[in-house]
Amino acid sequence: MGRRPRVGVVTFPGSLDDRDALRAVRLLGGEGVPLWHAERDLRGVDAVILPGGFSYGDYLRTGAIARFAPVMEEVRRFAEAGGPVLGICNGFQILCEAGLLPGALARNASLRFVCRWVHVRVESTATPLTAELLPGEVLEVPVKHGEGRFLAGPEDLARIEGQGLVVFRYCGPGGELGDAWNPNGSAGHIAGVRNEAGNVVGLMPHPEHAVDPDLGPTGGQPLLASLLARALARV
Amino acid sequence: MVRGGGARGAPAQGATARSGEGAAEVPAEGATGTRAREPLHRALGLTDEELGMAREALGREPNPTELAMFAAMWSEHCSYKSSKVHLRSLPTEGEAVLVGPGRDAGVVDLGEGLAAVFKMESHSHPSAIEPYQGAATGVGGIVRDVLAMGARPVALLDPLRFGPLSEERNRWLFAGVVAGIGGYGNCIGVPTVGGEVAFAPPHSRNPTVNVMCVGIAPAERVLAPRGVEPGALLLLVGAATGRDGIGGVSVLASRTLEEGAEESRPSVQIGDPFAEKLLIEACLELVEAGLLEGLQDLGGAGLTCAVSETAARLGLGAEVDLDAVPLREPGMEAFEILTSESQERMLAVVRPERLERARAVCARWGLASAVVGRLVEGGAMRVRMGGAVVAEVPARSLAEEAPVYDRPRRPPEGLAELHADDPTFLPWAGDPGEALLAVLSSPNVASKRWVYEQYDSLVQGQTLRGPGGDAAAIRIEGTLRAIVCSVDGKGRFGALDPYLGAAHAVAEAARNVACAGARPLAVTNCLNFGNPERPEVMWQFAEAVRGMGDACRALGTPVTGGNVSFYNESGGSAIWPTPVVGMLGITPDHRLLVGHAFRGAGDLVYLLGETLPELGGSEFAEVVLGKVSGRPPALDLERERALVELLVEAARRDLLASAHDCSDGGLAVALAESAIAGDVGFAVALPEDLPAHVSLFSESASRAVVSVAPGRAGELEDLAAERGVPCALLGETGGPRMAFDGLFELEVAGARQAWEDAIPRLMGG
Repeated sequence: MGRRPRVGVVTFPGSLDDRDALRAVRLLGGEGVPLWHAERDLRGVDAVILPGGFSYGDYLRTGAIARFAPVMEEVRRFAEAGGPVLGICNGFQILCEAGLLPGALARNASLRFVCRWVHVRVESTATPLTAELLPGEVLEVPVKHGEGRFLAGPEDLARIEGQGLVVFRYCGPGGELGDAWNPNGSAGHIAGVRNEAGNVVGLMPHPEHAVDPDLGPTGGQPLLASLLARALARV
Repeated sequence: MVRGGGARGAPAQGATARSGEGAAEVPAEGATGTRAREPLHRALGLTDEELGMAREALGREPNPTELAMFAAMWSEHCSYKSSKVHLRSLPTEGEAVLVGPGRDAGVVDLGEGLAAVFKMESHSHPSAIEPYQGAATGVGGIVRDVLAMGARPVALLDPLRFGPLSEERNRWLFAGVVAGIGGYGNCIGVPTVGGEVAFAPPHSRNPTVNVMCVGIAPAERVLAPRGVEPGALLLLVGAATGRDGIGGVSVLASRTLEEGAEESRPSVQIGDPFAEKLLIEACLELVEAGLLEGLQDLGGAGLTCAVSETAARLGLGAEVDLDAVPLREPGMEAFEILTSESQERMLAVVRPERLERARAVCARWGLASAVVGRLVEGGAMRVRMGGAVVAEVPARSLAEEAPVYDRPRRPPEGLAELHADDPTFLPWAGDPGEALLAVLSSPNVASKRWVYEQYDSLVQGQTLRGPGGDAAAIRIEGTLRAIVCSVDGKGRFGALDPYLGAAHAVAEAARNVACAGARPLAVTNCLNFGNPERPEVMWQFAEAVRGMGDACRALGTPVTGGNVSFYNESGGSAIWPTPVVGMLGITPDHRLLVGHAFRGAGDLVYLLGETLPELGGSEFAEVVLGKVSGRPPALDLERERALVELLVEAARRDLLASAHDCSDGGLAVALAESAIAGDVGFAVALPEDLPAHVSLFSESASRAVVSVAPGRAGELEDLAAERGVPCALLGETGGPRMAFDGLFELEVAGARQAWEDAIPRLMGG
């Protein structure tokens, strides 16, 4: 066997799930590498995770300030060179604000924060996060956010759908779609999207909180395992 | 509170100068509700006698700044002056207790060199006026209490009480408090893993908002308060100091809320959870790097409290330079800076040679830090501003020598009539199935999903059992151990008998922890009452403390600390006397935790404990009969202890498929909740020695519903017999229906819908 994949997890001021992402990477056999928002060094990692939280307090708009952090220049360069980048929850919001992913995330339709286990259906396997899964596969993972309603203008939405950039949709346990399964009112039940190249993925659910069988369902395991395998394969 | 009034005009006078005879006076536009020319000490909340004590402590007339300091520190909220004589009777020592009451939070031994730090507090008064910020800053405050012990906060639990949701104002308070807890807790990365929510008319306008925080630290860290030498620096870390929250402890928390209470809104602090998150990380880094001699949170009474308590605890004095305090706005008076309750601040004690490194850690986390003083020989807290001494007060007199009152007590009138009106033996010919649905959809019993889905219960990745069960469980990272917590209060029982109400709260909390399979270790509490100057309230308080003490002694769970919240009343009408218990337990192996959900078909269902004809104070009596009357169920603490030990032992042997405590709504609700949670029905037959509705809904104590695989039922029966716990086979699990033999059947799905929809329906979705 070769070396373990090194996955960097960026800590912004106000990141909350950074330790959890590092722990999940370790649990699945990778090396978790803490990265600091104020540094321009990605420490030679094979993949980058922007974790959940409330970076900079989300006081302007979610993710709006974090995208200007020094580390984000390097993340952008890494992404443009084809490096795998995963944004989870607040990390997804940051990637949208930074223009690395299409669309935007608005306040939940209920106007309330929601913490709940949901099911998502894999829509695209053209990403390192889903490459080792099958289209249509259903995973149980938790969401916990106040601003996770995926939005895009009609043209953008048509492009996102048309180019197959939707990676996950909220669904029922059997993969069926419906408003009852959509925790935040997202357009098209969209839970996660990718860029055109496929190397940048963002999703609102938290795969890093669904890896440890002691704690609950493990729908995040195949996703993060796929990310680790692909991150290494790319090297 | 005196903002814009009295002390503002007073010159910053040398503390040695006498301000002359006749205390300072407040002009009419001064503090809320003060009459023209009211003496300053009274406007600040000090009595004439207390002014005399302050004079005695100083040996001279206190100046206005000093008066404000005394008023804050000797407020009911900070000094426990009405409660202390009673609290002394609580058991505080035990094998597992490393630090008991008196510090920022209690500490218990978890084994493997680890300790749990935990405490509960009330933020009811601010929440009554400004529910979102009031509840949010309550979370922030209790988290800093745990942080001050050098522990990482790992869990929050929120016991809440409101008036009926049929009233719009109560819905507004309920929604605002829940959003505030979520808004703050979700942003600081501490999971909210449990709590309870109850509704009762006496809590209209006076919500009870309690917050408990649990932290984990290496045991040696919290054990060793190091010898601190004079010359150590006082480093104020975090947010700048503003005018928010001035008089929080003396205006809001130590008086009743009357008409026009909204005017005290400036006394409610504003929270910034982002700053709190940075404060948590920076303080833990400072502690872990060994850079601190001490750490204290700034909460009630602000800088005055933090400095005087730190100095008094070490037997030292302190010099404080107010010009060095980073301010949010110019022109703040000395008393404002000294008593401001601006949030997200901590006071660190640092040796001069470590100052630079400590400040660098703060800067890395983007936090301001400023040396605002130093510890000195002698016992005086000397405060300077603009070059002059503006206050000089013995630190001990502020922190430790507040007045202590043994206030008069008298049982309230009408209790005997209430007790005589026992609902147990009223003839009742209703439909028991409909009654069960009514009880399941009562907001007290109904699913609290609407609440807890607004809380992040998963962050930190150690939540084994989140909200919705009997108790919450948090794994201790890197071990098999888990902390198991439950928070419980018994409003109706306390209203009918405050002694029993408190004892039942302890018993239920212990039972909840034991049902989950963990051994109850120790208790923190929040004692929520009305105005202690009323003898009826003081009697309720004394009775409740007596009940809590007896139950804690019997169950071997000492009290490590807590909080007293008085003056929860308006218009002369107090909340129900509500002692809330936070029980902390431990299991050595989280894989042995037991859930409350039935696990599948074919398990045998047993009732542990005995059902007596006890509908007094029950959910059934209130919801179905419209009565809050009679006596609460009896409580035999030896039986309770036997049940708790049986449940812990059964869990250790991995004997049980499920265990669920019988409490609100009795046996019928316990069975229904296990069925709903597991999506498995059951068929049971109830003993026929009691009327059916009494068997179904009696809230007799010391009972649990358990299910067990048939092959191990004998072992359970033997174990129960050995421990002297009644153990009756009720029936078995399976099918889509909840069948009570000879009485009624309900679909699990229908019961679930009634139970799940009740609160969302009242809240409009």
